[in-house]
Amino acid sequence: MLLEVAGVSKNFPGVRALDGVSFTLQPGEVHALVGENGAGKSTLIKVLTGVYQPDGGELRYQGEPARFATPLDAQRAGISTIYQEVNLVPLMSVAHNLFLGREPRNRFGLLDEARMVHEATEVLAGYGVRADVRHRLGTLALGAQQMVALARAVMVDAKVVVMDEPTSSLEPREVETLFGVIRDLHARGIGIVYVSHRLDELYKICDAVTILRDGKLVHTGTMAGLERRKLVSLMIGREFGEDFTSFTETPESVLTGEPVLRVTGLTSRPRLRDITFEVRPGEVVGLGGLLGAGRSETIKAIGGAYPVDSGTIEVDGVTLTRPSTVRAVRAGVATQPEDRKAEGIVAGLSVRDNIALAILPRMTRFGLVSDKKIDAVVATYMSRLRIKAASPDQLVGDLSGGNQQKVLLARLLATGPKVLLLDEPTRGIDVGAKAEVQALIDELAAEGLGVVLVSSDAEELVEGADRVVVLRDGVVVGVLTGDQVTTEDLMATIAEAAE
Amino acid sequence: MTTEALRTGIDLSRLRKGLPRCGVYLAILLLIVYNIVFTPYFLTLSNLRIQLIQAAPVVIVALGMALVIGTEGIDLSVGSVMALAAALIPLYLGYGVVAAILASLAAGVAIGLINGILVAKVGLQPIVATLALFVGGRGLAVVISEGKLKDVRNEDFLYLGSGDFLRVPVLVWIAALLVLVVAFVVRRTVFGRRLLAVGGNRPAAELAGLPVKRVLIGVYVLCAVLASIAGLLSVSRIQSSDASAVGLLIELSAITAVVVGGTPLTGGRVRVLGTVAGALLMQLVVATMIKHDLPPSTTEMAQAVIILVAVYVARERRTR
Repeated sequence: MLLEVAGVSKNFPGVRALDGVSFTLQPGEVHALVGENGAGKSTLIKVLTGVYQPDGGELRYQGEPARFATPLDAQRAGISTIYQEVNLVPLMSVAHNLFLGREPRNRFGLLDEARMVHEATEVLAGYGVRADVRHRLGTLALGAQQMVALARAVMVDAKVVVMDEPTSSLEPREVETLFGVIRDLHARGIGIVYVSHRLDELYKICDAVTILRDGKLVHTGTMAGLERRKLVSLMIGREFGEDFTSFTETPESVLTGEPVLRVTGLTSRPRLRDITFEVRPGEVVGLGGLLGAGRSETIKAIGGAYPVDSGTIEVDGVTLTRPSTVRAVRAGVATQPEDRKAEGIVAGLSVRDNIALAILPRMTRFGLVSDKKIDAVVATYMSRLRIKAASPDQLVGDLSGGNQQKVLLARLLATGPKVLLLDEPTRGIDVGAKAEVQALIDELAAEGLGVVLVSSDAEELVEGADRVVVLRDGVVVGVLTGDQVTTEDLMATIAEAAE
Repeated sequence: MTTEALRTGIDLSRLRKGLPRCGVYLAILLLIVYNIVFTPYFLTLSNLRIQLIQAAPVVIVALGMALVIGTEGIDLSVGSVMALAAALIPLYLGYGVVAAILASLAAGVAIGLINGILVAKVGLQPIVATLALFVGGRGLAVVISEGKLKDVRNEDFLYLGSGDFLRVPVLVWIAALLVLVVAFVVRRTVFGRRLLAVGGNRPAAELAGLPVKRVLIGVYVLCAVLASIAGLLSVSRIQSSDASAVGLLIELSAITAVVVGGTPLTGGRVRVLGTVAGALLMQLVVATMIKHDLPPSTTEMAQAVIILVAVYVARERRTR
């Protein structure tokens, strides 16, 4: 046994991030570690690599109990990590990055530049990187940088290499090179922990799989012995009737009019490719798929906040030219971003100012902001969305997550949108507020808005949406309509390979 | 509610919350009381006049700085803008007072546009973008003035900086008027409200469809225009234009006034009156020290302590 984790737990204030998780890695094994957001993957990796200390349980490395106080400890012991974002020094040369901290020296103890350049060129050639190693790392493509990071990780006599979404920024050709390197490591008896959301990759390269959900181990076994559907259901994993949602079905008869949103051939390399769908007034269209499938990017691209290479976006029959957030809002598209704190609310402003934010030009009298007009609008939405705040003057940062989300929705609704783009509208809010938000989405659709809904909660997506467009790796791989809108069909569509 | 609950419950928490907001006013009050008691001739009309006249340029520049800081930015070029405005005055006074003033205001608009475009469109960090004109602006001003100190003798123009209106210096009237205008802009205009949103959370403001770039450019223009007003008033007050001296190091005094006045460097909030009070406080500290014959080095150290205390108090509130 190369690396063994036995019953490890890790607590953070208010959250149990890992709950008695066990995990083993054999020499020469490529072990997939999968789970949705918040499942505990990152925490487990950080325990393995010495970033966190476990609160309970045991870590055994090469048969001995091990304790890594710092990431450096783990690295010295032979556990290397490659993170999603390359963490090297972009302003230093490729060769310097490769040898950082272990530069070859000549007999005077000075840096042996010539040898370093020579060796670096040789090593990197084995990783398919053919570049002048004297150039700054930052001048390389992201994929090549990832390879340098990998080469560096392996060069430090690693016995275990942890890869956290190594392919998320790679081109298909680079992915092939990476797989070649992984097979090589595999042959040399190095153990690899492989984290990715791309199922095709997992089945291609991994021998074993461990699935986490809500900080608990839900499955571990061989990759070949686990069906795709089963894998997806274990990841998303929610039995029917376990949770309730507050959605009601929209009768098909309501959904007649012309589409209020029509997205055609939307492409944004490398994340989105040829995405096409439409939303009719009164319809809730869900975007399904795993993390990294391109759901949030699609939402942002429609909202004008993500670059678009080609394709058209039509709102109510009018094509959005030169998309920008300003034009999208003006055309009647309101976007609720996934990250409420970073991109949604302005925590330091009051409830009133947050709600009125997007409609200030309409809230004026003789060119000056009129508090009277604002108060009227704010009062309407505070009572309609049942926003619980001490007063409209309370800072939004002091409200609960659910109420913050409602304030954000109030701001969007105040602009009088035709299309509402909701990215994880119920994430991080309590059950009561969740039900209210869900009911509100229904109500808004019933009033004739076109709604696009993204949710990692399969149940919520299926119950809330009249139709689900399923994405994988930035491509539409299926559309579920009518009776097909079930969690089973959703999982099946996500799991199917693009054969 | 019992009186005890009132006392313990409200006094403490109010003091905590209120200190950063009112601390600067409290400090001014204390200094004034101290001066009335211990400093001879403090409470004379001529002394108060001098204090206000000396504080006025810093107040005007700090108003613009407060707006920029409200957007999570900073403007180092204000001193250079003052110099540029000052250099243009003697050049255009021949065409009349109005032409000279318009010329120096136009210089402010131009520099503000450059700063704003560098920050909003090019995406430079404010400190770097404005550093360029901090260096280059004064150089240009010295070139325009041919490196010479030029006396200004136009009576109408000198009235702005040296005259009285209703027994109060015109300079002070202008500063007070600008305070009202800026306070009004922040509180009552769409631009002012948007400015706070952009400073508070720029990605959110963008997603909400606000014209973020236009707001940012507008803020830098406003800041530079205020600085150019301060520049031309300085010329009017000292009755000569010296591009190499006007507004030297004023960016630091302005930033100090803003910070001491309780505007957080993290953006999203602008305290207009606090900024005025911050400028007055620093002026009073300097004056008090001078009156008591303390050397300038001591004054500088006292200023440093005040800045640290102000930042510390503000920090406490944020982590609350």
